Amino acid sequence: MTHIIETHQLTKAYNSLKAVDKLDITVESGEIFGLLGPNGAGKTTTISMLCTILKPTSGTATVNGFDIVKEAMQVRKSIGIVFQDPSVDDRMTGRENLLMHANLYGVPTSEQNNRINNVLKLVELEERADDLTRTYSGGMRRRLELARGLIHYPKVLFLDEPTIGLDPQTRDHVWKYVRELKEAHDITVVLTTHYMDEADRLSDRIAIMDYGKIIALDTSSKLKETLEGDVITVKADNLEALLSVITEKMGLQKAHMVDDALEITVQNGKSLLPRIVDMATQNKIYVESIRLREPNLEDVFLHYTGRTIRPDTTKELHGLAEARRRAAAR
Amino acid sequence: MTELRGFYTLWLREVKRYLRDRVRIVSSFVTPLLWLVIFGTGVRLSLPYPGLNYQQYIFPGIIGQTLLFTSMFMGISVLWDREFGFMKEILVAPISRTWVFLGKMIGDSTDAVIQGIIVFVLGLLLGIKLNIFTFLELLPIMLLVTFGLVSIGLTLASFMGSLEGFGTIQSFINLPLFFLSGALFPLRGASIPNWLQIASRLNPLTYAVDALRNVILGGAWTPFQIQPLWMDLGIVGLFDLIMIIIGTWAFTRMK
Repeated sequence: MTHIIETHQLTKAYNSLKAVDKLDITVESGEIFGLLGPNGAGKTTTISMLCTILKPTSGTATVNGFDIVKEAMQVRKSIGIVFQDPSVDDRMTGRENLLMHANLYGVPTSEQNNRINNVLKLVELEERADDLTRTYSGGMRRRLELARGLIHYPKVLFLDEPTIGLDPQTRDHVWKYVRELKEAHDITVVLTTHYMDEADRLSDRIAIMDYGKIIALDTSSKLKETLEGDVITVKADNLEALLSVITEKMGLQKAHMVDDALEITVQNGKSLLPRIVDMATQNKIYVESIRLREPNLEDVFLHYTGRTIRPDTTKELHGLAEARRRAAAR
Repeated sequence: MTELRGFYTLWLREVKRYLRDRVRIVSSFVTPLLWLVIFGTGVRLSLPYPGLNYQQYIFPGIIGQTLLFTSMFMGISVLWDREFGFMKEILVAPISRTWVFLGKMIGDSTDAVIQGIIVFVLGLLLGIKLNIFTFLELLPIMLLVTFGLVSIGLTLASFMGSLEGFGTIQSFINLPLFFLSGALFPLRGASIPNWLQIASRLNPLTYAVDALRNVILGGAWTPFQIQPLWMDLGIVGLFDLIMIIIGTWAFTRMK
């Protein structure tokens, strides 16, 4: 079976609001599939339906060949989940958390110890395995959750915003683990994120989601190719003059003013940089600065939605405050 | 088989978490001790039961009270699990909600019975006459009493969004059940108004307390018992069954 996940017109509606709107996606076996979009785009709702936590309003989906509504138990056995919010038992040790999971998922008793030791090694938590998880840092808990999601050898691992609230170094670590897991266990990974770099660096294919719909789906490089090309940003003392030089004399039509700079979209940015400066000098325009940017997913998102995907920092800060409040409440 | 191991792991989790909570265990001594020592010796109620002093009379009642309060309070574990996220791990596991409910319920019941044992030991220390056979007979009965009560707590908690709400609702149920159970004072006889007697008769805890008295006080209680032990246990068992069915249903619809 090549399509490990298929959705057909999958929809989840809350009253009139369609959180997920007639979704049709297929995920290939063995790939890392990224769902990218701003908060509220419907990523978590999509994952929740695929994980049988939420029932779809209409439409169907299969995971590992099982219907997410009619064969929910089979789906559950086929998947591992790392939730957006922490979900370890903080009064239990890391090892106990893993053992509980192994028992809940029916891992044969004879294999439990072996598998637990293996996943602990994978996420480098062997030394802290017998400490209560309440003494773990956020990153360690996240790693434990990754390890936990693998104990029952799932076919698909769902990661819902796996690095939200983690520091950059830990994020790098988590990414490394996810790639290693995928290689070592030959599993399919579906991850949601609103971090562009995360989607870019981890995913084989990326689905960009907005307002409950997929607006673009392809590999990261193909998505970027759909954009016209590189963006050159020039600041100069006379932008109007420079604009006319660039459009009329150089024939670069995709140029427009942005605030106090000129943005030019071109195919071969690197070779054009010196020519632009030359032309400016010839026409007695002083170039203050010039910058070349190759397209990133941010631009792709902007291209398709006309908006930036600005990570919602307030929500993240709120999440951190929430975590502290809970910690204090203990 | 998988379901049974899931059940076992959830049961073990409740018990381990309880045993690790030192504060809760230590504080569990205090309330019953106050009732037994201060209330039990301070109140000089003239009982219509010759041969029994007040402390002997309320001792089974205080065990019943401990089982009631502890069991109902256990519902809080649902709210904690939700608050700290572990509930999601349980809810997406490939195990039926019936077993999830039973694992949690019997685990919490086990914890409540441990509290009951603590009160039993306090009774020994206070010089109430007890023996090992009474203890062995008491264990399964205490467990039976807690099933239904824990089920109420879990059911309520599964509907509640907040800890505060749960606390309020809980005391609305705890105190009437407690006061109407005959744990502290007799609710039978000519001097007791009819409505109070009826209310007491409708209270499942009345029969739980009567069962505890039948076992703990033995022959001294037989002339005054509401009904024989097996009938008490029959009613308590029926109540358990109903509450377990409701609790399982409540867990099935939980998201």
